Amino acid sequence: MAAPHKQGEVVEKILFLAHVDESCNVLPKAVYEVLGLAIDVAAQMNATLTIGLIGENVDTAAAFIGSSGATRVLAVSGPDFAQPRYASDAAALEAICRAVQPTLVLAPATWRFSRVLPGVSHRLAGQADTHITGLEIRDGALTASRWYYRQRIEAVIRRDARPWFLLLESGCHKPWTGEPGAPSMEKMPVVIPAELRRTNVTGTRAPKSEAQTIRPDADLLFVAGAGWTKKQSDGKVHGEEAESLILRFLELSKASLGGSKSLVDQSGDNQAVLGFMTHLNQVGQTGATPRHPKGLSTCCHGEEPHVVGWRFIHERRAINLDPNCGWARGKADVLYVSDAFEVMKRVNELLATGSEKKEEATATAR
Amino acid sequence: MRNGYHIVVCGSIVPDPLQTLEPIETPGGPALKNEMMLPAVLDPWASHALYEAANLASKVAGSKVWLVSVAPKAKLQQVMMTVAQKVSFELVAVDGPASGFGDAYGVAAILADEVQSIAGLDRSRLLVFGGWESASRGAGVTMQLVGERLGIADQFQGVDQITTQADGSFEVLERIEGGRHQVSMCSGPPALLGWATGNLPEPRNNPQVGMANMRTVMPALQRAKAAALAGSGLRFLSTTPPKQQRQTRIVKNRPVEEIAQEIVEWIGK
Repeated sequence: MAAPHKQGEVVEKILFLAHVDESCNVLPKAVYEVLGLAIDVAAQMNATLTIGLIGENVDTAAAFIGSSGATRVLAVSGPDFAQPRYASDAAALEAICRAVQPTLVLAPATWRFSRVLPGVSHRLAGQADTHITGLEIRDGALTASRWYYRQRIEAVIRRDARPWFLLLESGCHKPWTGEPGAPSMEKMPVVIPAELRRTNVTGTRAPKSEAQTIRPDADLLFVAGAGWTKKQSDGKVHGEEAESLILRFLELSKASLGGSKSLVDQSGDNQAVLGFMTHLNQVGQTGATPRHPKGLSTCCHGEEPHVVGWRFIHERRAINLDPNCGWARGKADVLYVSDAFEVMKRVNELLATGSEKKEEATATAR
Repeated sequence: MRNGYHIVVCGSIVPDPLQTLEPIETPGGPALKNEMMLPAVLDPWASHALYEAANLASKVAGSKVWLVSVAPKAKLQQVMMTVAQKVSFELVAVDGPASGFGDAYGVAAILADEVQSIAGLDRSRLLVFGGWESASRGAGVTMQLVGERLGIADQFQGVDQITTQADGSFEVLERIEGGRHQVSMCSGPPALLGWATGNLPEPRNNPQVGMANMRTVMPALQRAKAAALAGSGLRFLSTTPPKQQRQTRIVKNRPVEEIAQEIVEWIGK
């Protein structure tokens, strides 16, 4: 943030929106990050800050951010708002926005909010921008940074329309870490009519994979490319060995698994490939752009459509047999020209030894 | 579903992912250098939506699929030469910009008007499909706005699967955090589904399907009316490609043991 708000300009009215997580008791981690940013923006623009909460029961969660300094805390709660459903979430958020009449609406880009807030902006005659990675005040006005063309062009934008809804990505600000408090909360009654109950959320479903492979909070992203399923130096495909090496590594390192499009597409074509790899793992131009401090790519060529999915991976290393692959051309910090099967096998052995030593040390300390 | 679905897929074209993209400034705002020269493809998520629509239509008798697309007519025609060979659909074309820098609000207004103007469209059988995001703007905004403009309150985004029931209701899997899906049951159309990747492989080119489609695609392209995006007050202060170029250290001819050691140390830091 820079260049504080100039005196005499239009005073913004900021509404920060949050929802409770699936446990119904706490707020998602991203909420604290965006709250921290909202507090900063409000201070620099001399703006008022109001908090809006939705969920089945928001009392416990509201206490966590009770000392944030917001002038008002509004909530829509009840069984109708337990599950993310477009119709009921939109009604709740619309009611809060109409009560507050904000000029700026800041919210974390959780799945729940990402799939409803642009729709709400239409109802409020406002406009929304998503995947915001930073906010800055320039000449007294708020500007936002976001990527276009799948993380290949970064733009700084400004909108005249108000209210301006901004959905912010995680990792864009330090989390707010204030003390819990007991906010004075205004609970708003929102009735959901029958025509908005045509959809029922019945639960969640994990992918068919036996092990959890996607861990958004992991320190390491491990990306497997199509090379794992190609013929190796002995002229044979070692699919089963690849599966066990990768799963063992994920188990030991607690890394999150990503896959290149070519590998994921092979799974869709029902070829005999890595059984645990689904489209949800896909990273790159047509997949996800996850945020992890480190990334390790294996058996993947590292060309541009793939690497755009690495835009928010800070430290990047790759293992590939080709010293001229894309990773070597400034895409990775380190490229190991070696056989990923052999390297990962040894990495797993070393990680397992380290893990055993840790367990022994813990047992001795007891 | 007794009479089948009316499935309207919204989707536009994007530059081929293998192309290098460079932003330039024009009097009308930012654009891509040589944008009209870049090879284009149907947006990947819109493609998935189209394949899923065709798959659903093939399972439920009486269903019909439309593809509504806002794009420069000449580029759209090129892309249709390939897409039309994949699955059966009727094209509704609008000659307009397909730039990622165009505002979603203007695009949604055009799309919603076009959907409403489709002759014989039955709202009680209507499923609006599209990519939940695009490979150009990548915002996840347009389809929600189309739904709002059409008055559709049952919306699903990041969809990977739809399973229809005999009574017209359907189950939808939407992506949520942690690589999981949220499961919802909707009592029936009208509904809007913004697709993620789904589970279907890309259909093989079928020249017979292509020839049948082209009978309606070419007239649709000829009929395509020109449309400009309404000004929305979105201003671009800068557009820049990422400059970060790393000094890659290439480690060659090192024993596996040393490489593994180094990786383990790095992971543990």
